[in-house]
Amino acid sequence: MSQEKCLGCQEVTEEDLLLQLDGILDDYVGKPGGLIPALQIAQKLFGYLPKSAIKLISKKLSIAYSEVTGVISFYSFFSTVPRGKYMVRVCLGTACYVRGGKEVLSSLQKELEIGVGGTTGDGLFSLDIGRCFGACGLAPVLMVNDDIHQRVKAEKVKELIEFYRDLELTKIKEKAG
Amino acid sequence: MISLTINNLKIEVPEGTTLLEAAKKIGVNIPTLCNFEGREAIGACRVCVVEVEGARTLVASCATPVSEGMKVYTNSKRVRDARKTVVELLLSEHNGECKTCDRNNDCELQSLAYQMGIEEIGLIGETARQHIDKTTPALIRDNGKCIKCRRCVAACNEIQSVGALFPQGRGFDSVIGPAFMLDLDTVACVQCGQCVAVCPVGAITERSHIDDVWKALDDPNKLVVVQTAPAIRAALGECFGYEPGTLVTGKMVTALRQLGFDKVFDTNFAADLTIIEEGTELLVRLKEKIVEGKKVALPQFTSCSPGWINFTEYFYPEYLDNLSSCKSPQQMFGALAKSYYAEMMCKDIDEIVVVSIMPCTAKKYECQRDEMNSSGIQDVDYVLTTRELGKMIKQAGIDFKSLPDSKMDSPLGLSSGAADIFANTGGVMEAAIRTVYEIVTGRELPTENLHIDAIMGLDGVKRASLKIEGTLPEWSFLEGVELKAGVAHGLGNSRKIFQAIENGEEFHFIEVMTCPGGCIGGGGQPRHTDDSVRLKRIAAIYAEDEGKQLRKSHENPDIQRLYERFLGKPLSETSHHLLHTHYHQKPVC
Repeated sequence: MSQEKCLGCQEVTEEDLLLQLDGILDDYVGKPGGLIPALQIAQKLFGYLPKSAIKLISKKLSIAYSEVTGVISFYSFFSTVPRGKYMVRVCLGTACYVRGGKEVLSSLQKELEIGVGGTTGDGLFSLDIGRCFGACGLAPVLMVNDDIHQRVKAEKVKELIEFYRDLELTKIKEKAG
Repeated sequence: MISLTINNLKIEVPEGTTLLEAAKKIGVNIPTLCNFEGREAIGACRVCVVEVEGARTLVASCATPVSEGMKVYTNSKRVRDARKTVVELLLSEHNGECKTCDRNNDCELQSLAYQMGIEEIGLIGETARQHIDKTTPALIRDNGKCIKCRRCVAACNEIQSVGALFPQGRGFDSVIGPAFMLDLDTVACVQCGQCVAVCPVGAITERSHIDDVWKALDDPNKLVVVQTAPAIRAALGECFGYEPGTLVTGKMVTALRQLGFDKVFDTNFAADLTIIEEGTELLVRLKEKIVEGKKVALPQFTSCSPGWINFTEYFYPEYLDNLSSCKSPQQMFGALAKSYYAEMMCKDIDEIVVVSIMPCTAKKYECQRDEMNSSGIQDVDYVLTTRELGKMIKQAGIDFKSLPDSKMDSPLGLSSGAADIFANTGGVMEAAIRTVYEIVTGRELPTENLHIDAIMGLDGVKRASLKIEGTLPEWSFLEGVELKAGVAHGLGNSRKIFQAIENGEEFHFIEVMTCPGGCIGGGGQPRHTDDSVRLKRIAAIYAEDEGKQLRKSHENPDIQRLYERFLGKPLSETSHHLLHTHYHQKPVC
């Protein structure tokens, strides 16, 4: 990892984030059904679910560590490994599958040079599959973070990825002033 | 009441009864692999499906409550075919070899396959991935054999509140195990073996010491002594077809001699010793608190149950000083066998091998703890569960049922009825009170048959209070004191006691046994243990107690002799060296 500090932003340590999480979790102590929202919050905070955060959640909500990881590993939305800045999810629900979702996925794998669950070397993109985003009429669908892209064609995937790469480059340039 | 018909037979049952329970009442047994007493049905295995008239699909009878006018069929072609397919699917995924499995002839899946007449598995597919975890001294887990019924998950989480096991992942790739598939020795597993006791297949078993014990027995240079825990005599018979609760003490002793053990001793002897040491310890703590005004850890907790010790070390380390410093009877026995007895026999300690027969898997863990080498080497060498002893007796070709009765050997074989009841919940407390009351007042405990009714039976948490009156001069500080006792069994219930303490409830002495029902329901007992079996075994234990002339630990003449010749007095320096210890906090994950 580069030791260069990001210009204009303070580096937030894991301890800071854990402290922040600890405070947020106060609202969920003793509340039934609090585990999943707590995990969602933690994932948003850290970008993924590091062991330290999982242990904190387990301790604070008095839910066994094995149960917390059981829930995490059940839902594909949760990740215990760091993920790229842009999370690309390809829907492989039935409608998307029959309308070419699988081809979109393999095209993405080729373009990003990573497998499902992987993250690119520059930390920019992670790839995962999803199971129905509820947009079957727009199949095949993929999501990049919160953006939904409809009727995606395998051959257009390169263009889509380039768009986000350019977007990132622009942001860096803007920050550099 | 709800009326319905099952296989055209009319039946009335209370609302909320499940179809599975209702069927059982009219003698219709519905097979199941995931259901078990004391936990809400989850309908995981689908073996118990039945047909309900008017319902679109078959329903899981364990999870379906009765309703008025229901017409249920448990043996239609549709039901039989579906069940057969379910079992075939389980078999196709099951990565195990019956011939070499620990559960061969004691496996619920194997029995079902036989019952359903499955002669070949028509479905070929991927099998469960094998991952064998042998990291703990007590338990071996084999994920390949796991059928994901989740009984162990319920035992570990709902009953024991330990939470070492949980389903991880989803779909075909899901596995039952600790977080991130860590090995059991790296997570907070207390090794109680309740998972082993409820597993329908061979996915979780105890680590066998059978071969080690045979090796010791075959070695002419070793003096091999065996101790049998109080709970064995009320359960071992089940391995040979006896009804639960049949006492087989005499036959067990004969069988152990025939197996080649040089001396057959009794953990009960050490249980009597525990009462003397632990009772005295309680009185010392009370004196320090009341007379000397010292800050003393009270209530005192019993410390016989190694799963409970682990549980306290992991989850309630702030209460470690409350644990009695007494080792468990198994370990007291081991330390004495390799000191007192070795001296008596003029043997070097490494010439003696101590084998325990225990209803417990955690005892396998306990015997190899660092604290348990007071004689200079490991005090107890091997631990066999009741099931393992049953196997050894069969291996030796001994016809158990035709054996004559015989008696335990001296000097570590004589015990009182108070020691017998160490086997069940409430027993250690009652045994202690029988002795403590008499020490303090000089009179026998004034209850009927020396029992304390309030702490008998299967309620999860029990309380008793006893007013001490007419004390001897030495104990006058206890005059009028209301001695408050708490009893919990099943580790989940121990949390309720902790909660009560934290809410300010006063206790002086608390007994906790790791397993539901106490040791008679231990993780090493013959399967399958439900409450009806527990009650039968407990009744047998009380019968053993009441059948003895000697009912109180302090009256055991061999214990009195042990103090005269060797230990001096309770809590003496020798006692402290051999019979007491202290435990330490363990990290949870």
